Amino acid sequence: MSKRKWLAGVALIAGLNCTAIGWRHAIASAQPRVVKITAEKFQFSPNEIDLNKGEPAVIELTSKDTTHGFLVRPLKIDTDIKAGQVTRIEVTPQSVGTFKAICDHYCGLGHGNMKLTIVVK
Amino acid sequence: MREKKPFKDKLDRRSFMRIMGTSLGIGALYSVVPALGGASAGDFFASGVADFLKVRNGEAPSPFTFVQLSDPHVGFNGPPDPLGTQAFENAVAMVNRLPRRPDLVIFTGDLTHDAPTRDTHAERMKLFRSIAGRLRVPMLKWVPGENDAALDNGVLYREFFGETSYSFDHRGVHFVAIDNVSRGRPEVGADRIAWLKRDLARFPKTAPIVVFTHRPLFDLKPEWEWFTSDGDDVMNALAPYENVTVLYGHIHRKHVHQTGHAVHYAARSLIFAFPDPATAGDKKPLPFDKTQPFKNLGIRRVEAAGEGQPELNVADVELSVREFSGTSGIQQMIKGGSSEDNE
Repeated sequence: MSKRKWLAGVALIAGLNCTAIGWRHAIASAQPRVVKITAEKFQFSPNEIDLNKGEPAVIELTSKDTTHGFLVRPLKIDTDIKAGQVTRIEVTPQSVGTFKAICDHYCGLGHGNMKLTIVVK
Repeated sequence: MREKKPFKDKLDRRSFMRIMGTSLGIGALYSVVPALGGASAGDFFASGVADFLKVRNGEAPSPFTFVQLSDPHVGFNGPPDPLGTQAFENAVAMVNRLPRRPDLVIFTGDLTHDAPTRDTHAERMKLFRSIAGRLRVPMLKWVPGENDAALDNGVLYREFFGETSYSFDHRGVHFVAIDNVSRGRPEVGADRIAWLKRDLARFPKTAPIVVFTHRPLFDLKPEWEWFTSDGDDVMNALAPYENVTVLYGHIHRKHVHQTGHAVHYAARSLIFAFPDPATAGDKKPLPFDKTQPFKNLGIRRVEAAGEGQPELNVADVELSVREFSGTSGIQQMIKGGSSEDNE
């Protein structure tokens, strides 16, 4: 093999590797960000999350005790969070702002205090 | 995301049940009178509805009054109201002093405050029944609030108060109790809405209908949980009917709202008041004022004037100290004078 052919082969392999790395990176960056929220009587943890306008995200909701609700009317989110299950909500905020999420499944005497703030930047 | 079907607002000149608000001192007092807006009462009776109701109920619409009491939260005793059941007991005394005895009293939920144990909750329900039992009226009706029925799907509530959704006729008016709390969520449910449609199907479109429920059947303030997720479906079921009045509680303050033919009235509570959602940032009870312990609490009376009298007259009565002064509120009503504070 001539030195020229050997160098061309090395360049080709390197180029393919770079492309593959780029694809992997592109695939990884296309995955929506996952935001985990835990509900329990009578709070959400964390009690504030950040999302980005136009960026898809997945909110993963779990409950430590009983069934809770998760309502954010401006983001069209309204679901129950059942204990022992993971509830996934896909969301792509379309406008910036600060939105309140509440538990809308009655869970006891502190139910009215279950709130979470969503900041969309 | 649950689908929200838009409610089609249909405004019409004709309105059978018109409520004219009059505010006095602890609750809400109603008069039931056929009101036809642009049409005359004679048109109404000529339309055959009166005859239909006569056949259905054994009598045509006739004058009567009923009272709405809401949210006594028996068992609550905290800073926003350290007087516990006092406002509720005063409201019962006020109703018993009315010069014209109401035919019925309707409670629109949160009869009791939620309790840490079933036994404690049962004691609160017994206490509620004991106080309500002092009412000298022929009929008591109720629907649950989330404090009564949301944690156990209404099991304990049913032991004390019976079914959570039902209907009955009284003097030509069709009353429908709708439970929008016992599933835990603020919802009625497809099965109950199907029942409602079947229940209403036997009535002509002009029949007078009074719906009573706990939460608002429209989006009043969702972030304060002042809504019913399938309220639009309920109102769509009621949309064909031209004379619908919805009475509810939950928000602990007076509020009037119209959707299509239906007018929605929220009653004051008998424990503490919530602030105006249009101006307040948070849903925190208004602080207790020892100089005006019953301020913003009250009852509502409704008066049905009956055949030929096209009005449903609603008087909201605030349980204020001045109410006991003899110069305003219920004292005026007892004296036969007019009440104040129309809203």
